Amino acid sequence: MSTTGLSGTTSTDAVTTASTRGPTARWRTVDIVVASSIGVAFGVVFWAWGNAWNALDAAVAGFPPARAPMYGVWLVPAVLGPLVIRKRGAAVFVELVAAIVSALLGSPWGLYVVAYGLAQGAAGELVFAMTMYRSWRLPTAVVAGAVAGAAAALLDLSFYYADWSGAWQVSYGVLVVVSSAVIAGAGSWLLVRALARTGVLAPFASGADQARV
Amino acid sequence: MLTPLAPHPDAALARFDPVAKLTAAAVVMVGLLVTLDPVTPGLLLVLELAVLPLTGVDLRTLARRTLPLLLGAAGVAAANLVLVRGGRVVASLGPLDLTTSSVHAAASVSLRLLAIALPGILVLATTDPMDLADALVAHWHAPARFAYGALAALRLLPLLATDWEQVTRARRARGLDPGRSPVAHGRAFAAQVLSVLVAAVRRGVRLAAAMEARGFGATDVARTVARPQVWVARDRLLVVGTALAVGGVTAVSVAVGAWALPFA
Amino acid sequence: MIPATTGPVGVEVNGFGLRYGGRRAWALRGVDLHVEPGERVLLLGPSGAGKSSLLTALAGLLDPSAADEVEGDVRLDDRPARDARALAGLVMQDPESALVMGRAGDDVAFGLENRGVPTTDIWSRVDEALAAVGFPHGRDSATAALSGGEQQRLALAGILALRPGLLLLDEVTANLDPDGVALVRGVLGRVLAESGATAVIVEHRVEQVLDLVDRAVVLEPGGGVVADGTPADVFGSQGDALAARGVWVPGRPLAVRRQAMAPAGPRLLTGEGVAFRYPGATREALRPTDLTLSAGVATALTGPNGAGKSTLALAMAGLLRPSAGTVRAETALDPPQPARPMWRWRGRDLVTRIGTVFQDPEHQIVTSKVRDELAVGPRQAGVASALIDARVDELLERLGLVALADANPYTLSGGEKRRLSVATALATSPRVIVADEPTYGQDARTWAELVALLGDLRDEGAALLLVTHDEALVAALADVELALPPRTAC
Repeated sequence: MSTTGLSGTTSTDAVTTASTRGPTARWRTVDIVVASSIGVAFGVVFWAWGNAWNALDAAVAGFPPARAPMYGVWLVPAVLGPLVIRKRGAAVFVELVAAIVSALLGSPWGLYVVAYGLAQGAAGELVFAMTMYRSWRLPTAVVAGAVAGAAAALLDLSFYYADWSGAWQVSYGVLVVVSSAVIAGAGSWLLVRALARTGVLAPFASGADQARV
Repeated sequence: MLTPLAPHPDAALARFDPVAKLTAAAVVMVGLLVTLDPVTPGLLLVLELAVLPLTGVDLRTLARRTLPLLLGAAGVAAANLVLVRGGRVVASLGPLDLTTSSVHAAASVSLRLLAIALPGILVLATTDPMDLADALVAHWHAPARFAYGALAALRLLPLLATDWEQVTRARRARGLDPGRSPVAHGRAFAAQVLSVLVAAVRRGVRLAAAMEARGFGATDVARTVARPQVWVARDRLLVVGTALAVGGVTAVSVAVGAWALPFA
Repeated sequence: MIPATTGPVGVEVNGFGLRYGGRRAWALRGVDLHVEPGERVLLLGPSGAGKSSLLTALAGLLDPSAADEVEGDVRLDDRPARDARALAGLVMQDPESALVMGRAGDDVAFGLENRGVPTTDIWSRVDEALAAVGFPHGRDSATAALSGGEQQRLALAGILALRPGLLLLDEVTANLDPDGVALVRGVLGRVLAESGATAVIVEHRVEQVLDLVDRAVVLEPGGGVVADGTPADVFGSQGDALAARGVWVPGRPLAVRRQAMAPAGPRLLTGEGVAFRYPGATREALRPTDLTLSAGVATALTGPNGAGKSTLALAMAGLLRPSAGTVRAETALDPPQPARPMWRWRGRDLVTRIGTVFQDPEHQIVTSKVRDELAVGPRQAGVASALIDARVDELLERLGLVALADANPYTLSGGEKRRLSVATALATSPRVIVADEPTYGQDARTWAELVALLGDLRDEGAALLLVTHDEALVAALADVELALPPRTAC
């Protein structure tokens, strides 16, 4: 058994430590299964949220820009995933799992949700990739949320609202992006900090800053 | 409640390879996304409905499940009717003028939505998640650790749903039920999301340990397969047949002059 | 390369220590242990003594990149445990969290696939393993529909199929009802005998495994091995010292019966014909049941898993809407609106009258500090700040949580969380206390303290509803027992 300190001090198991920390590290089993569990949890949240979403739709008589401020909820996994797991591909994988689960649960949008999940995940992934997977701070989270939101807005505009006037398209896009930056970006960052304080993230780098009691 | 749509194991469609079904659904999606017109998806939808009884899916459950989809399609159609301008006015509903452009857009988008969604729903209704994981690993070379890791986490679904319920009850028992204000509801919702995330991570860590205790994720051993997946003639037929149907419908639409690229 | 299954494995532990991230104190330090191939060892210690962690280390599953600090050396047959994982088989206490596949046969095959067993051999080994544990259903039976005991047998089959040289059993009966315990216990003896593997067993129901083991080793929290010998020696010579530390020593009466000192007081809650069915389910989760809770009476709610005990308890606590029947608060409980059924009450009215302890303490956690956790109820009830602080201090003292007052509740051990959840239910001095498995996960000492506390509450005039599998608790405290019949087959 090696001695590994909390701050990553000298270790006789140096090779293992180096290869399991850091952004290019291989995903461990616990990374894969917990990322999937988070995806499953959000699949549940989305399924419940989706019903509220459709109800809201009926209430605003199909006026999408009115729903846009709440849009950010759909994008949370794309930011939360990487912040917790801190490995390459986390945004895509967690979004994909969440999408598949909500499809399996009977989301009326079926496989659409999976296509959206892939695109949103890829967009979030891009932002973290551009920081070389080294920044897990609030600004990165906010930008990742915004970009993932932009991807979703683009898909919506292409599939459903291609014939809207330019002004409507832009205002829709802006609302979605802002909502995503706040809810999916800042919101995810706050959630992960709260998660770390519960101690449940002990197996992850994101849980490493815990006070000792 | 939150229960996954149970796949019909005896439905005819259940016997097809999951990846074949996915490919067919993807072919439909791609074929329809390249055009924005009411004819292509309309014709394809007719074909899909004609084939529906042959899939063996229980029509009543299917109807229940597609109801929200129809509502969604109606919402999208309404949005287009309201916000698309241009073209000749064909009718007036009070202050709202329906123009040729808005009707065309509404019909195209909503029909396309339905025609793409229906095969997707059929795939999900007739596919067992384990078979899907096996097929993805076998045919699309999805990494086994990710596919089976996700599959195992899927088992946590009913447990997490119960966790959500219990957390709601526990909060009420402590006097923390949100009452009326939407802000209070928002905060309670966020707190519950946190509780369920804790449960999800904790269960995930335990599950990961149990899986590793059974050798999952070992780097020095090549994983074998207990349930080999092989494509048979009917799988190939499904994909080819779907491609032909989409091609045929596209040809008709082009011939009629309806086919048009989106954003054109 | 598949490691050859070479027979029983020897274990060597030198100076093993573990400190969890978020804790200043070490869970274990300086553990030295030598186990001969084929030996059967019972691992004991009070809760928090790191027994599970030691088993995890033996299985080679401790993660070097986790926040925990580890020191020392663990070897199986002279190889570091991490490299010798294939030699060990670990069965954990929660089968629900360990099931990987939807069908029993596929679940057992999972381990074989991971170890690279050729496809042609897989299914014969699956059948062999299922037979070895006496699994009553076929390969295609749904894992989610199995009882706890059956699930645990399946988990055991999954490990046995891999033919490990070292069997590690971590509280495998802890989550099971008495039927499930019997089911698993019946299989363990045969399995151990037939496999001939070395075994290290952690089990607090010591009587269940006493005749299966040759040796007992006792661990100390923050330390190492404090006793090692045959069970007769260890329990005989050191029985008292161990019991004082909290170890469950067999053959000792757990608690003297605390008879209710006063006759029953006024009725507080009445449930009539309470039944519950999940929407869309064919069977009822709870058949129509009558139950009355009176002041100064402790009622035990017993029965096998699936009988509807937790459902009934939640309905009585006003947290679940029954599908049929009513739950009514009597005048003695001072209901805000007498005609209103319990499930419609506002949370604020519930918290001052009924304290609920949930089966999973983590479901109740709503703040990030133990101290704040205890203050929530009184604050929602409108109690003055100064009084709240006093009450919180009193509860911390009473339940032995003073040292953890500023810790995040999620970081407490299982037993500590359970005590915290009991404390939070008591914070508003409710007249009715509904508790689901309050003694779960406690060691001998904390168990006795909890029972004493519950007894005091009962004698002070509270009505207790205790959902429990713990026969000792029922014997010690219950004035009335309502045994729910098992769920009938469809």
